[in-house]
Amino acid sequence: MTALEIDALSHHFGGLTALSNVSLAVAPGERLAIIGPNGAGKTTLFDLVTGIIRPSAGRIRLFGQDVTRLPTHRRARLGLARTFQITTLFPRLTVLDSVLLAVQGLDPVRFTVHRSRERYGHLRERAESLLADWGLADRARQVTRQLSYGEQRQVELVLALAGVPKVLLLDEPTAGLSPAETASVVEMIRRFSRDTTILLIEHDMDVALDLVDRVAVLFQGRVLAEGSKDQIRSDREVAAIYLGTDDA
Amino acid sequence: MNARVASGAVALAVLIGLPAVLSSYQLSLLTKMLIFGIFAMSLDLLLGYAGLPSLGHAAYFGVAAYTVGLLALRVANNFWIDFPAGLLMAAAVSALFGLFALRTRGSYFLMITLALGQVLWGIAFGWRSLTGGDDGLPSVPRPRLPLPWALTEGVPFYYFVLICFALATGLLALVVSSPFGQALIGIRESERRMEVLGYDVWRYKYVAFVLAGLFAGLAGNLFVYFNGFVSPSYLNIVFSASALLMVILGGAGTLVGPAIGAAVIVGLENLISAYMERWVLVLGVIYVLVTLFAPSGLVGLVRQRLGRSRA
Ligand SMILES: Nc1ncnc2c1ncn2[C@@H]1O[C@H](COP(=O)(O)OP(=O)(O)O)[C@@H](O)[C@H]1O
Ligand SMILES: [Mg+2]
Repeated sequence: MTALEIDALSHHFGGLTALSNVSLAVAPGERLAIIGPNGAGKTTLFDLVTGIIRPSAGRIRLFGQDVTRLPTHRRARLGLARTFQITTLFPRLTVLDSVLLAVQGLDPVRFTVHRSRERYGHLRERAESLLADWGLADRARQVTRQLSYGEQRQVELVLALAGVPKVLLLDEPTAGLSPAETASVVEMIRRFSRDTTILLIEHDMDVALDLVDRVAVLFQGRVLAEGSKDQIRSDREVAAIYLGTDDA
Repeated sequence: MNARVASGAVALAVLIGLPAVLSSYQLSLLTKMLIFGIFAMSLDLLLGYAGLPSLGHAAYFGVAAYTVGLLALRVANNFWIDFPAGLLMAAAVSALFGLFALRTRGSYFLMITLALGQVLWGIAFGWRSLTGGDDGLPSVPRPRLPLPWALTEGVPFYYFVLICFALATGLLALVVSSPFGQALIGIRESERRMEVLGYDVWRYKYVAFVLAGLFAGLAGNLFVYFNGFVSPSYLNIVFSASALLMVILGGAGTLVGPAIGAAVIVGLENLISAYMERWVLVLGVIYVLVTLFAPSGLVGLVRQRLGRSRA
């Protein structure tokens, strides 16, 4: 069975075709990089898979279940998580409160009105152990917007991991980071469970090829090439269009 | 948390003791402050927690007041029917209005809640045979409860309102500390992120909207008993705007702040007791001053001071 199956997906923004007939299949536990120049439609693809926008045509299946019309939160409950290219954390909340929200999101108590959250110790334990696991325990009481950009990206990854996702979409997790910060984020992703299926949008070819099994190249809303890392490295069309424009 | 419970207990003790030292006129002013405290806290659930700026919150207050007034005057002055009916109507109208209002965001939400509120105001104003139109419904009697004290007296009525206030504060404090209330804060900060984390954002907002309407209804119920009178002005935009200002002045998202803001505004209104136009002007000036000098309200100002002296 495929973890995620994207079937002939198209999306138009008004007259602009952002994605055109894109098909991809990702096996459980596989790690796929999606590369391509700016404006290729990579983020749009993630928005469609998570249900933030609805496709003009095509289907999306998660573990065989058609989720094309399912609202975002229901997809999350099927084990789908993502990070955003532009960090959209909870800027005024502490790191711990943010992680608590992430932990609570897939917990049966999330809609409880009549008891204080402090009475649910398991939420806090899980949030604190997540922060400890990912080396952010000493940041727990800090307000998110006071963290460095690199730390914010780490928090973002922790939020996505909180629900133990089966399929995880990472949208340029190292964008805008210094080499040192990039290295720590890469290290973090490398440590993710091998059971988690990962789709990684990454601008930096070296980072992408370092982390994944397979690569798909998007260009002008289409899948230009798809294959193993070696196949993509030696693909001349990719070299011409993608590397030629971006790999200065 | 414990400090908060302790200061709540102190405040309650003071409020219990105050009738001993206040004149009957001052006590009635305090009663009004408590009623508007409930109203402002109910709006804070929307504005301060869920991040939904409603400019039509008077609708639920007014609907409850009219329901209680009409039932008490035309059907029966039976507390056990009238009071729950007021709450029920406020909840029902907010459940209906929420369906429309929550299709929008930001300033559109502000405008649609305003428009919906004005619809009710128009009905109250125009349907003279039912509502008395502009004249309103005078001489609404206070309820008779099986108690040794008559609620027509100032002190027993004050305690009756205080019990309602304490219950409302306790319940709302519980709601905002619950997983649901914490999720509202997350929605205020980033709706999209909450969706991706598995939250059915619409449902949270809707429940918050109805709860806020219900508690606004509680304030409306109490106010019609307090005043013995209900008129379309309970439903109009000035009323809604005053509530919004109480929340902002006290500090949105702090629950206790809006109650303090309500006390300040009610006190000022009483001091100035001027024509409508002048009052609107005063509200405008307060709004400007707060946004300029205390953007997180009085509670924010105090916290800032405490933080500074500690640092
Ligand atoms: N909300 C939107 N409205 C209109 N056009 C959009 C919107 N989002 C993206 N686009 C356009 O769709 C194309 C693909 O964008 P995007 O998916 O963000 O590309 P990438 O993530 O690969 O850089 C671009 O031409 C972009 O300008
Ligand atoms: Mg992008």
